[in-house]
Amino acid sequence: MMERAVERKVSRRMTMRLLINAISKYIFLLATLFGLVVLSVLIYRVFFEGFGWLNFDFLTGKLSTQPERAGIMGAILGTFWLMLVVAPVTMFLGVGTAIYLELYAKKGRLQGFIQTNISNLAGVPSIVYGILGLTVFARALNFGNIVLAGGLTMSLLILPIVIVASQEAIRAVPNPLSEASYGMGATKWQTIKSIILPSALPGILTGAILSLSRAIGETAPLVVIGIPALLIPFPGGIFDKFTVLPMQVYYWTLDSSLTAEYANLAAATIIVLLIALLLLNTTAIVIRNKFQQQH
Amino acid sequence: MPIKNELTKREIGIRELIEQKQHSRNFKESFEKAIPFFLFLIASVSILTTIGIVYTLLSETIEFFKRVPIADFFTGTTLKPLSQTPEFGVLPLIIGTVTSSLIAMAVAAPIGLMSAIYLSEYASEKVRKTVKPLLEILAGIPTIVYGFFAFTFVTPLLREFIPGLEATNILSPGIVMGVMIIPMIASLSEDAMSSVPNAMREGALALGSTRLEVTKKVVIPAALSGIIASFVLGISRAIGETMIVTIASGSTKNFTFDITQSMQTMTAYIVEVTGGDAPAGSTIYYSLYAVAMTLFVFTLLMNLLARSISRKYREAY
Repeated sequence: MMERAVERKVSRRMTMRLLINAISKYIFLLATLFGLVVLSVLIYRVFFEGFGWLNFDFLTGKLSTQPERAGIMGAILGTFWLMLVVAPVTMFLGVGTAIYLELYAKKGRLQGFIQTNISNLAGVPSIVYGILGLTVFARALNFGNIVLAGGLTMSLLILPIVIVASQEAIRAVPNPLSEASYGMGATKWQTIKSIILPSALPGILTGAILSLSRAIGETAPLVVIGIPALLIPFPGGIFDKFTVLPMQVYYWTLDSSLTAEYANLAAATIIVLLIALLLLNTTAIVIRNKFQQQH
Repeated sequence: MPIKNELTKREIGIRELIEQKQHSRNFKESFEKAIPFFLFLIASVSILTTIGIVYTLLSETIEFFKRVPIADFFTGTTLKPLSQTPEFGVLPLIIGTVTSSLIAMAVAAPIGLMSAIYLSEYASEKVRKTVKPLLEILAGIPTIVYGFFAFTFVTPLLREFIPGLEATNILSPGIVMGVMIIPMIASLSEDAMSSVPNAMREGALALGSTRLEVTKKVVIPAALSGIIASFVLGISRAIGETMIVTIASGSTKNFTFDITQSMQTMTAYIVEVTGGDAPAGSTIYYSLYAVAMTLFVFTLLMNLLARSISRKYREAY
């Protein structure tokens, strides 16, 4: 009789434990889906509010005080010019730093110091970069709020990401490749230039494109530098005043508490911004996949 | 004599060639020597950036503390930079920042951790491979888009349930910020949990544990430092986040713990002051740097803490 009771007790506890396990599995699944549900609601809301406003006139029009006539060509051009500064500057500085750290620096205190410094920089809030840009580029060098000032600030902001990605790409190049090159009598720089860099290029490009897409969406540093919300002429070069897509979203979102239509304009601008990011990310994934097939 | 003439010509040609070769080799050697130096200059840009950040923040902050005593800044509960008798207490901003970060973590920590558990302990390889990149899209969405979402959708939605909720409040941006941080916590915690050796799981399973018990009693304790590090990084991210709180939490410098009210964070204050065109040299202008310095120190400490925690965890295996 005793044994029976114990057996029943054990089997009841076992059922309980299995049940709790099964239930928590679904709770964990729901938690995982939560983020995805919010993502779909967000995208649905943005399209719901903005899609009707997205047309040719909106894409090519100038800013206007009347929501029905406002367009974002200025912001599109501003984003374009900003990228024209950010892309070459970060590629040059990022890849250069990565080559130095991976291939030239002696493993030691200095290299460790630079490496620690880079990972600390990656954790600095973007708005602090904005203050650096405001103080150094906009005020001390007297650039004001032109594309060049914004671009240099943005470049410093995404520099840590580009450096780390380039370092990983360089480290992934198989050693025999460079050894063969040295064996043929090539110098170190020749080996880097014609063997290591071409082989690491897909990895470097993937990192660079992903960090560029970060720069396209980043708003805080530009707000701090003081990009105006006023009607400005289209920027025609890196020395012009400018605005970018996220800044336009920012001002229109603030204005939406006054005039409801501005929320539609902000949403339509977000659609353009998200499509641009999607294109960039797809490019990065395509490059990465091609690269993975190679090795 | 044509033959000799030709010889000398050839001789001179060879001599020239050798000289040229020598020349180019010298050039090549000095070029090779110059390269590391040149690359070091490029690498020092990142050090210069740090020096630039610390120097600008520090020098202007010192100027600020010449006008406003440090004690007043760190213990003052009123922040009125624009009034006739301006007061510069940073506590309202710190309360706003801490409150919004806590709300964000209340959302992101449990949901992120549960997602990590699901992906690392329950999901099949196929599910993991589809869900993880989808979650990462959340992290790639610009914060300004989250700000728009918080202001135009989440706040009106919350007001249906909480009647006293103000049009700008700290609750809605806090929640949305939490959603933004979920993928970061999920992915870092999942990494920590996946690196727990399988033998430990198998041992516990062989003793008759259920999946949940294995997770609770073996995997999470073993991956705890990695999980905590991901939480600390999440907090650091929330403290430094700017656009969501600027748009959705307003600019009222409230010293309160009421999450239905508008509060200003440190980052939102920086945006407000720079947007308001504070004249260089005024006390408001310098307060910008003092607040930014506080923000910088906060996030730096968090990042260092996260790194030291996760370094310990790496030593365990």
